[in-house]
Amino acid sequence: MHFGPHLLLATLEGLVTSAVLALTALGLSLVFGVMRVVNVAHGEFFMLGAVLAWAISTAVSGHPALGFLAALVIAPLIVGAIALVAERLVLRRLNYNPEATIVATIGMLYIIQQLALTFYGPEARPVEPPFSYRILLPWFGYSGYKLSIIAASALLLTATWLVLTRTRIGLIMRATQYDAETAQAFGIPVGRVYGGVFALGAMLAAIAAVLIVPISQAHYLMGQDPLLLSFIVVIIGGLGSLRGTVVAAVLIGLSDGIISMFFSPTLAKIIATLVVAMVLVFRPQGLFGTASR
Amino acid sequence: MDKSKTFNLQKTGLTRRTALKGLAAGAGLAMAPGFVRYSQAQSSAPIRIGFQSHRTGIGAAYGRWYEKTTAAAIKAINDAGGINGRPVEVIIEDDGTDPGRGAEVVGKFATQHKTDIVFGTLFSHVVIGSAPAAGEAKMPYFVVSEGHHVASTKLNRYVFQPGITDVKSQIQSMAPWIAANAGKKVTQIFPDFAFGYDHRDYLPPALKAQGADVIAQIAIPPTESSFTKYFPQIPAETEVIYHVMVGPAVLTFVKELGEFYGSQRPQLFGFIDSLEAVDINSPGLEFLDGSHFWEGSPRYAQADDSAAQKAYRAAVGIDDNGAAVGDPKDVSTAAHMFGCWETLYVVKKAMEDAGYKGPEDRAKLVEATEALKEFAEGPEHPQGPKTFNGKIHQCFGIQNISKVEGGKLKVVHKTKIEDGLYEAEGDYTTQAL
Repeated sequence: MHFGPHLLLATLEGLVTSAVLALTALGLSLVFGVMRVVNVAHGEFFMLGAVLAWAISTAVSGHPALGFLAALVIAPLIVGAIALVAERLVLRRLNYNPEATIVATIGMLYIIQQLALTFYGPEARPVEPPFSYRILLPWFGYSGYKLSIIAASALLLTATWLVLTRTRIGLIMRATQYDAETAQAFGIPVGRVYGGVFALGAMLAAIAAVLIVPISQAHYLMGQDPLLLSFIVVIIGGLGSLRGTVVAAVLIGLSDGIISMFFSPTLAKIIATLVVAMVLVFRPQGLFGTASR
Repeated sequence: MDKSKTFNLQKTGLTRRTALKGLAAGAGLAMAPGFVRYSQAQSSAPIRIGFQSHRTGIGAAYGRWYEKTTAAAIKAINDAGGINGRPVEVIIEDDGTDPGRGAEVVGKFATQHKTDIVFGTLFSHVVIGSAPAAGEAKMPYFVVSEGHHVASTKLNRYVFQPGITDVKSQIQSMAPWIAANAGKKVTQIFPDFAFGYDHRDYLPPALKAQGADVIAQIAIPPTESSFTKYFPQIPAETEVIYHVMVGPAVLTFVKELGEFYGSQRPQLFGFIDSLEAVDINSPGLEFLDGSHFWEGSPRYAQADDSAAQKAYRAAVGIDDNGAAVGDPKDVSTAAHMFGCWETLYVVKKAMEDAGYKGPEDRAKLVEATEALKEFAEGPEHPQGPKTFNGKIHQCFGIQNISKVEGGKLKVVHKTKIEDGLYEAEGDYTTQAL
């Protein structure tokens, strides 16, 4: 294959990775930014989204698009509810203590993973894509559904950005992020904001998973890679910065696509990890993060 | 021995709770005063087979079907009077498709369950990781793994593969067909671990001998979840893509191959591993029509199936499409799992030849297995006749090449046993027992 088409394919693949990664990492970043909680169980919320998408789309008969749309709406809601319960039962009781919540979310990771194994089983199960249009380029074919993931993710990211910057809810979230104590003094129900943000973070991961599952299949161990990549993205972009998260996701996704296509996928992972180390050494707050107060 | 520690394979699944209960009850019983272990039970106590199974991890689909096949074979053996007049009992432990855990499981069978032998697993890295533990415990370890590692004589005298032909032999016997019917310029896609390396190392010389060439080799990690990024490495002049993938993402692999090429594809020759436990009529796989697959034992019932093959399929519970009876979506790992059935019958034969009484006869069992020469086609070996080389602990059987036609796999070529024989690379029988 010639260089041009090769690069085009690498870029497309990279953009699909970026799109899913941006959504997943945004969830992680929001939770950290607002709550200062490092959510190690984030990847499992991603996995839950995919597993529920399978369950819902199999339960709905008729055209595959119906099942998929149902999954796209219902799966994130269920995952959000589970996250809310976890937040109420665990994180709140630890007073959001940074060290304690890391250990607690590690525990949640294993609990969710083993529950998925117990009730869903160890198989990888496919979800039918809502449409299967194959775009025929002169050099290779490409899945139309994959392109639609990029568009869907861009829409969702814009919506999240609008909510954060243009609505009252967003204002309250930003105020809590800026200074939780002062926000509370001004009558903002910080506890409820925390619960909502944790659920929202998990829902973003779940949506990303529902989008990716028609091209990847639901499996109980699928949460590990997205967790690692999300951490990489969030560290590079700066914890709590939406812009940083999106930029870093595109950067990591594209470089992953291009490096793994022209060299090897292992090299892409090595470079991403190296970049994280460099960022931590030279700009610990991330590319777009603000230095901690 | 207390029954509570083991369980009946015919029942569905073992929950953690029953396992804990069982262990607690077992420990209680063993400590109870007056409990005499096996005082005179040698003649009637069951023969205990430790089954190392891929219950979880990337090999789970195989594990489930290996368990079903094993349960069916054990039932058949017990219904016919067991081994040496003793019933056979299977104790299952999950290896998580992980070499470290695999070795632990073998150790557990040896020291805790005190099984007579260990039997099982597929993934070659688990077998390679577990073999030293089996050798150390002097525990006969019968695998159904397909890799060349047993026959390479790099493992040890306690490891056997008498139920399924190894990859080196499979490749050698099929290479003439590939070169003559599919094409001369071959690009290989294989998983980046032990089993894949067998394909990487043995296909090029086998094709070379037939005047064909491997022009590119693409290794993909078995845990990979997206594959399109690897496909541009396939050279444009490729006539045949030889693919073999494993792991939970095999369906994604084949689908993305279809998206990439559509109907403008090169010839495809795949090991059914790339689609094992996956319905070949899944949406997105239409492009496979006309392509060819290796199958150890055919997934779809064939017109010329022997009575033994039919009986085997009925016993295991698979329908004419190779899916579970009653659940057409639950597609089996038919191409590999027959090896469990056949291996258990080899164990039976060897134990009878050795006059096996208990763990003290393990060395005799090893020698009796090594003395076996051939297995005739029949109810005990429904996949076909096999020869066995006791020096390298490996059997050699026929291979099927099947074509995807009208949404089914139809066998179009069967290799001969002689096609797959090769010079032994060593001799296990010279190792001390």
